[in-house]
Amino acid sequence: MTGADAAPTPELLGLARRGPPPLLEAEGVSKRFGAFLALDDVSLRVEPGHVHALLGENGAGKSTLVKCIMGYQATDGGRIRLGDREIVPKSPRDAQALGIGMVYQHFTLVPNMTVCENLVLARPRLPFVVDWAEERSGLAAFLTRMPFKVDLDARVRSLSAGEKQKIEILKQLYLESRVVILDEPTSVLTPSEADEVLSMLHRMARAGEISIVIITHKFREVTQFADEVTVLRRGRKVGYGKVGELTPQAMAEMMMGGAVPAETKGRAAGAAGDTRLRIADVHADDDVGVAALRGVTLEVGAGEIVGIAAIAGNGQEELVEVLAGQRPRTSGTVEVSGADFAPTRAQLRLRRVRCLPEEPLRNACVATMSVAENMALRSFDEPRYAVFGLFVSTQKINDTALQLVSAYGIRAPSIHTPIGRLSGGNIQRSVLARELEGEVDVLIAANPCMGLDFAAVAEVHDRIRAARDRGTAVLLVSADLDEIFALATRILVMSEGRIVHQTPVAGAEPAVLGRFMAGHGAHDEPHA
Amino acid sequence: MSDGVGGIWGLPIALVGGALRVSAPYLFVSLGECLTEKSGRINLGQEGTLIMGAMSGYGVSYLSGSPWLGVLAAGCVGVVLGAAHAWLCSLPRVNDVAVGIALMLFGTGLAFFLGKPLIQPKAPRLSSFELGAWSSSAPVRAALEINGLFLVGVAAAFAMRFVFQRTRWGLVVRIVGEDADAARALGYDVNRVRFAATAVGGFFAGVGGSFLSLYYPGSWSEGLSSGQGLMAVALVIFARWDPVRCLLASLLFGGAGAIGPALQSIGILGGYNLYATAPYVLTFVIMIATSSARRTLAGQPAELTVAR
Repeated sequence: MTGADAAPTPELLGLARRGPPPLLEAEGVSKRFGAFLALDDVSLRVEPGHVHALLGENGAGKSTLVKCIMGYQATDGGRIRLGDREIVPKSPRDAQALGIGMVYQHFTLVPNMTVCENLVLARPRLPFVVDWAEERSGLAAFLTRMPFKVDLDARVRSLSAGEKQKIEILKQLYLESRVVILDEPTSVLTPSEADEVLSMLHRMARAGEISIVIITHKFREVTQFADEVTVLRRGRKVGYGKVGELTPQAMAEMMMGGAVPAETKGRAAGAAGDTRLRIADVHADDDVGVAALRGVTLEVGAGEIVGIAAIAGNGQEELVEVLAGQRPRTSGTVEVSGADFAPTRAQLRLRRVRCLPEEPLRNACVATMSVAENMALRSFDEPRYAVFGLFVSTQKINDTALQLVSAYGIRAPSIHTPIGRLSGGNIQRSVLARELEGEVDVLIAANPCMGLDFAAVAEVHDRIRAARDRGTAVLLVSADLDEIFALATRILVMSEGRIVHQTPVAGAEPAVLGRFMAGHGAHDEPHA
Repeated sequence: MSDGVGGIWGLPIALVGGALRVSAPYLFVSLGECLTEKSGRINLGQEGTLIMGAMSGYGVSYLSGSPWLGVLAAGCVGVVLGAAHAWLCSLPRVNDVAVGIALMLFGTGLAFFLGKPLIQPKAPRLSSFELGAWSSSAPVRAALEINGLFLVGVAAAFAMRFVFQRTRWGLVVRIVGEDADAARALGYDVNRVRFAATAVGGFFAGVGGSFLSLYYPGSWSEGLSSGQGLMAVALVIFARWDPVRCLLASLLFGGAGAIGPALQSIGILGGYNLYATAPYVLTFVIMIATSSARRTLAGQPAELTVAR
């Protein structure tokens, strides 16, 4: 032993794995994009072994802050400290080398590669020739210590969102990150998956293995799983506290600046009117030619919201695509208001069928076209905009866009901004505004609130209810049971491409629905 | 067998021989294109690179007296053209297909301009191995006359598959080609990887060109390539972006290209020009057979402009 005065080498520090994770601190960080101040003197302190929630509405600067910490973007002011030294990560790889890892909202796994390849690829020092047998056995040994199992040979493309999320987290543990930042980790997960992932992270933090920063706008996640919370609004830190000392109301007021929206309205009790949408024995294949819909039959009446509950990958996405005209059906019939329906532009217009698909930027917008142009995508060739069906009036399109922007509270620099540059919530509002314009007989909505903050969720829900009250038949596909309970009049459960259960929302039990969603009928597991 | 092998055996032997001779340029260009496309870019300029390679390889061989020096020079010219493509495409909002077409026309024109004085002189050609020396039959001996450069290409195909599957470089190229965002998140410089892949891809195409002018047909003329560089791009799709399947596909295309000469060798002279279109017809057939409106091709790098 040479005594305590010898400076610890990086190797020694690296070996001292059992120590607590280092303190992560951001002090007075600022970031400017052109004229827009995205972060204004924001500080964040992540205690070793704690779960720290970063709370804020869309566009509050949460992602910008962690991107600065990860070295994705340079800061324009302020300091970032890890342990007792200042760090200036130039790239995510630098941050990773320092032991800070991030799980992104949009997965960074390579879809065409296997789980094993993806994990090995993330290693900072990959040998020149990769011995796959050895890597694989190393990974298998690592997995035995992990709280959940994954199939190393599965292609990432074939995995559900929940499984991908778990692999992203596994990747961080495999890379021995000590501080793990998660950007809205539960936005793509089912409620039970979310609880499982978060409680696992919480346990690991308690065990002193890692510190966690979790970006979220769900209070339930903050109150159940976090130790401290920092609240951002419009690029500024507006609140900080221990979770036990803050009520959700207090956090909501910090986030919203006091403008908490009123409680959402209860369900209208009115009975469903005439059948608007009738789907009979519809079959369709998925992208690789496997049957995804195996005889779907359902009806939706005027003034009714029918919710489809299903675990991701059970055909609900394909059903929406079939109805929206994005995927051909192999057999079966679809009727709207009693007439045969094929989702062509002419028929969509004639039957007044509208669609609010999942990932609206990808499925319902042209990202590089302006907000105004995107809002006119359904109607620019109608006589009210197009003279002789040929010359489109920009003036009229802009007028309509301005009306919709103010009616739906869409925050955009201008109606001429490319829609792809808007935040997720504002894109969702823009598409909703377009799809609900005028008379709508049938509305297909798929996960309409995915990734939205709670004020936007309440607003989207109110708009859908308002459409229902005007007599629109709404088919709602959602991964969120709470959302289905909040909106639907009837609930259908879809499993393996079929409707396997049907119940009015009054008297529906989540546990029963869950069993059907998991592919077990009620008879498999009778109630005691 | 006697010297006068003909009839039933003459055609297949001539076809095999033709395939081995004609396939080498396809092989080199498709290996280069495979590498480039794996990194997420399409380089349609390979046709221009091929012709520039043919011209410069012939020129250097003529001036230096060493055909292998010519091959090396052709490869280096290919690196320059590949690097030019990669640099242009790294600029913001530049489309790789458009740049490729421009470079194809540029390379072709430049080669015709610089190659004018090379049409007359005779440059030393690459030598070949007489693998058919055991046979007393002239057609067999002719068919099994294998060029060393072709063998280098065969080795390169297997080496490239190994690189893609087992080495760090290969994996990095694949990540960049599959998901640029994931690659950036892992800390790789997407443009640099694509630059290297396109430049090395150009090297292969240039070498392929030198085979045309230095072995078969073995002289420099303006009609030398007849679109082989472009067909090699189609061939990569057919080979599903796998270097070893590129080798098999090259042999198939080579065989198709040899149909005309093979029929001629057994005395069928009619319709020569029609048979010469066989590789092009094959390109159509393959494109139609392997594409589907409903699903993407297995193995297609997800970052390719045409895939997105």
